[in-house]
Amino acid sequence: MAQGVDATLSGWGQYEQETCSVFRPERRRELVETVQNGDQPNYIARGLGRSYGDSAVNANGGVLLQQRLNRFTGFDPAHGVLECEAGVSLEEIIEAFVRRGYFLPVTPGTKFVTLGGALAADVHGKNHHCDGTIGRFVQSLDLLTAQGEVLTCSPQQNADVFWATIGGMGLTGIILSVRLRLMPIETAYINVDYGKARNLDQALEMFSGDDERYRYSVAWIDCLATNGDLGRSVLMRGNHADVSDLRSESLSRPLVLRPRRKKSMPIHFPNFVLNPYTVQAFNTFYYKRAPQGRRVVDLDSYFYPLDGVTHWNRMYGKRGFVQYQALFGLDNARRGLVEVIEAVSQSRQSSFLAVLKRTGPQGDGMLSFPKEGYTLALDLPNTGQRLTDLLRRLDEIVLKYDGRLYLAKDAAMTADTFAAMYPRLAEFKEVKSRIDPQCRFSSSQARRVGIVDI
Amino acid sequence: MKNSIVIVGATSGIGSALARVFASRGVGLILAGRDEAALQSLSQDLLVRYESQSCVERFDALAFDRHEAFFEACVKRAEGELAGVILCHGAMTDQVEAQEDFEKTRLMIDVNYTSAVSVLNLASNYFEQKRSGWLCAVSSVAGDRGRGSNYIYGSAKAGLNAYLQGLRNRLAKAGVPVLTVKPGFVDTAMTWGLVKADSPVMASPDQVARDIAKAIEKKKDVIYTLWFWRWIMLIIKSIPEMIFKRLSL
Ligand SMILES: Cc1cc2nc3c(=O)[nH]c(=O)nc-3n(C[C@H](O)[C@H](O)[C@H](O)COP(=O)(O)OP(=O)(O)OC[C@H]3O[C@@H](n4cnc5c(N)ncnc54)[C@H](O)[C@@H]3O)c2cc1C
Ligand SMILES: NC(=O)c1ccc[n+]([C@@H]2O[C@H](COP(=O)([O-])OP(=O)(O)OC[C@H]3O[C@@H](n4cnc5c(N)ncnc54)[C@H](OP(=O)(O)O)[C@@H]3O)[C@@H](O)[C@H]2O)c1
Repeated sequence: MAQGVDATLSGWGQYEQETCSVFRPERRRELVETVQNGDQPNYIARGLGRSYGDSAVNANGGVLLQQRLNRFTGFDPAHGVLECEAGVSLEEIIEAFVRRGYFLPVTPGTKFVTLGGALAADVHGKNHHCDGTIGRFVQSLDLLTAQGEVLTCSPQQNADVFWATIGGMGLTGIILSVRLRLMPIETAYINVDYGKARNLDQALEMFSGDDERYRYSVAWIDCLATNGDLGRSVLMRGNHADVSDLRSESLSRPLVLRPRRKKSMPIHFPNFVLNPYTVQAFNTFYYKRAPQGRRVVDLDSYFYPLDGVTHWNRMYGKRGFVQYQALFGLDNARRGLVEVIEAVSQSRQSSFLAVLKRTGPQGDGMLSFPKEGYTLALDLPNTGQRLTDLLRRLDEIVLKYDGRLYLAKDAAMTADTFAAMYPRLAEFKEVKSRIDPQCRFSSSQARRVGIVDI
Repeated sequence: MKNSIVIVGATSGIGSALARVFASRGVGLILAGRDEAALQSLSQDLLVRYESQSCVERFDALAFDRHEAFFEACVKRAEGELAGVILCHGAMTDQVEAQEDFEKTRLMIDVNYTSAVSVLNLASNYFEQKRSGWLCAVSSVAGDRGRGSNYIYGSAKAGLNAYLQGLRNRLAKAGVPVLTVKPGFVDTAMTWGLVKADSPVMASPDQVARDIAKAIEKKKDVIYTLWFWRWIMLIIKSIPEMIFKRLSL
């Protein structure tokens, strides 16, 4: 059986460290054996640990790393369907398939996540307003259940388990393999229109005005600007480029991604580096210098700007940070966003990586995050009690306007808050108690937000 | 598949990474090992990932009497035109357990040394006669100096190093390069739990595989991977025995 190793783990935000017994099966057989006979009280799958909080952390329990279970098993060119183990990373899919004319149907802002992690969080991308979440593109998946059985699930077969697993944060079992519909592309480039919005109202106007013209749409938003500038943004919206959009040097090899030189953040920044003044100065600089008009940009630069710097999370220092991602329905979006931004700028704790995006209709995942409206994501450095106070204040605002928070980012919300935001929680719990009655799958987050008891 | 390469121990962390490096360059592969299901899934992975062809051959390091048939099968798979052979299989059991149980000691010696010699004898005769091809075996820095905590494994690798030196000397006349690879720590099942996966001296299997592929291409004799192990081992080798024997290493 695979060997467990005691280690301290945290999410990408490096916010809280917990001791877990970590396993890294190299083959499926070892994984199945550990789930069935392992000596830990419970287990949780962990992909590449890009969820920000404690979704893939299990204090005093087992953590099953999936990264070595990363074999491609099949590709059906007639339908563009890829079949692979769930530990395959999105980077690996891009490397193998962009040159053959396929891209991911949905991608988060980093390609260093596993497919299993992407399904478990039912991730959304810059195309959510057009295409929905990644779950919509899953033909079927194989789930390892607590009994050690392999259950094939799809929207047709074991549909309730399927929609509990999509967005279910690893709590229904371990996703072993996935059949995913890829998206055909002509080039590895995006035609991007950059546009500035002077404030939040203008940004919302631009989004609601002509977002349908763009498959991809997102904005960087300055959460420190106040008064008339509140919510000033840079919109980056685009579509896949055709061969006719390319300039000569990329024209000869339209599907080839040039390798990017990677930089790495070697150390944790000392805490004083990021303070309200430096961040505000950066934001102003970024806003003023932002490009305007149309540009052809390669996939890597458009979708994964942060992936060029490994360990960029160390920028927030040793104490780590949280990412707060809230979503408001269309009716309440403006008021909710204004109050959140005001609360953040008053507390002077925000940081430069804030993102605003319009989302499309809700999907079928029981605990999936996106519903129609606007979502705002921002990084908040760990300032101890000040951060805790701010988070509670923000939670109140989100609840007041009937919004919700994203489990893949969350590190701090309470069980009451979670229950109020996710009306299908009871339905999820019913499925969970049926396929995992002993609660063999559990995480620190699941216990904190009350998805599982204790 | 003419000009294909045999990877013995292809299911190992280093072996699978090597398979991916060569498959991505369009080299045909014969994947050898004892876990056929794992080999098949690796072969399928290479097909889907790189549209690259490979086949699977059963190899049990301890079944010495079948090694000849195994090697002949590989030559046949390559239609008589084998390009090279890489040995990546290996075993490292706990030193203390091996001290107490000769069966465990023998297993380490047989997997790391005797079986490698058995296959290399066959392969070297083949390549010497053809006056082409190359050989590569993955040894270890542990063979550079015996240490109290790991000397049974280390001595098998030291034996392998001496064997490869001699073989290199012999095959130089036939123009067949022989590469000795001495990895330090590599993040595979073998070291999981012994060394922290995020330790700065830990290499990923991919990094090591790229180093090995480059050294094969450049017809190198001996490489350390990652590179800094050459210097670490130089220091370790230079400590006088009188002092070394008192250190806890
Ligand atoms: C820079 C950055 C940008 C991001 N942008 C976006 C974005 O635009 N949109 C978005 O939706 N998200 C985004 N995210 C969040 C990220 O996509 C999710 O947190 C994703 O789940 C991380 O995948 P992972 O493989 O790292 O999984 P982990 O973080 O290791 O795990 C996440 C969850 O998935 C579960 N899990 C992992 N593997 C399996 C499996 N095989 N079977 C069952 N459950 C499993 C875990 O148990 C855990 O609950 C971003 C994150 C970062 C760091
Ligand atoms: N990892 C390190 O830090 C490190 C450092 C220095 C040197 N090395 C050497 O590098 C090589 C590869 O190591 P690794 O870390 O990649 O190893 P690994 O992942 O632990 O794999 C060991 C391999 O050896 C095979 N093997 C063991 N006994 C066998 C037998 N009786 N018959 C056939 N195959 C057998 C295994 O086959 P199964 O898949 O069937 O089990 C597996 O393919 C080894 O020679 C090792 O000594 C490793």
